Amino acid sequence: MLDMVFNTLSGTLSASPELLALFVGFGLVVGILFGFFGMGGSFLVTPALLMMGYPARVAVGSGMAFVFGTAVIATLKHHDLGQVDYKLGGIMIAGTTLGIEVGRASVFYLEEMGLAGGIISVVYVLLLGAVGLMVTRDALKSDGGGSGGGHHDEADKDLSEYEIPDIAKTIQETVRIPPMVNLRGDVTVSLWVIMAVAFVTGLLSGFLGVGGGFIRMPAMIYAIGAPVPVAVGTDLFEIVFSGGIGSYLYGQGGGVDLGIVVPLLFGSALGARIGSAATSVVDSDGIKIYFGGMLLAGAVAVGVGEVGSYLGIEILETIGLVLVLGAAVVVAAAVVYTSLRSLRSTRSQQTPAAD
Amino acid sequence: MAGLEVPTWDPEAAILIGAVLLEAVLLYVGYGGLEKLIGPRLMKALIGGENNA
Repeated sequence: MLDMVFNTLSGTLSASPELLALFVGFGLVVGILFGFFGMGGSFLVTPALLMMGYPARVAVGSGMAFVFGTAVIATLKHHDLGQVDYKLGGIMIAGTTLGIEVGRASVFYLEEMGLAGGIISVVYVLLLGAVGLMVTRDALKSDGGGSGGGHHDEADKDLSEYEIPDIAKTIQETVRIPPMVNLRGDVTVSLWVIMAVAFVTGLLSGFLGVGGGFIRMPAMIYAIGAPVPVAVGTDLFEIVFSGGIGSYLYGQGGGVDLGIVVPLLFGSALGARIGSAATSVVDSDGIKIYFGGMLLAGAVAVGVGEVGSYLGIEILETIGLVLVLGAAVVVAAAVVYTSLRSLRSTRSQQTPAAD
Repeated sequence: MAGLEVPTWDPEAAILIGAVLLEAVLLYVGYGGLEKLIGPRLMKALIGGENNA
């Protein structure tokens, strides 16, 4: 058994330097997004591996194992920053698991009717687009133009100081069904609200066959009222569980290739560290704008890819993938740039005071 | 996603996932140590001063 692991690792080291560099670089980009947003692994890595010619089982299984490893690293970092609510995470895991199973059953039912592929793609595009638009609009409205950075005091902001969105306030005040649960950031919400949110996000996750971070993270912010850093940290904590079980199941069928996962993780570990640290530097509206832009790019990419698949135009499918990967690189670079700009701004404002 | 599919015990799959988990923890600790070691100097070079972010 151990021979298998050692053989795979020695195979990794004997891979071409270009391929290793590509995997490490790609891992770095994904790691930054994962650490910053608490999502973005599954819909980036798996299509890229498929395009490189890996079998679907290996692409999905290795992608999931990579997401699992990155989530472990990012969760440890968010834990150090006090941004993981384990109580919320535990309840979310229970509700999400139930929802995923119902979502999967719905897919099988639609498959029998021959409608699964089309409906899933349409729901995917609509959901990504709707969440992306909502998040971007909200961030632009509250930021008065959405500069996305430079709020240097954000790093010292207490979790309870984060503004709760109006919709979450309404839900908290309207639904008071006991037991009530106290969460990080002085948020008190009914257990049933959390369960409902977890179930619905799990349902969509199981239906769309994705990790679900892009649904769960905004749901925790807008429906439960969790502060943005807590929503990100708790979402990552949940991905550790779902990704771990998923990787194990794919590993049983030989779908996890350590030759892919090891170099990807090497890059993403550094990226996740940068991304997680950036959440404490860049203001929350900046985070929302990036997140919304990323989702909108994803919606357009999936839409273009599906049109290409429907019309049999292969170039459109490739354009869709390039669009997603390009957006990922641009957004990761923007995260790093905004963080550095914010730190420089802090530095320049501190210097005169020190003098 | 895994859903409620009940996993059966498979030592090879467990070692595979254990290896990923071990790599993740080693990288977290390793990069953490590296950050402490060269982080302040790197931040000074990037933003012109020390920062603990």
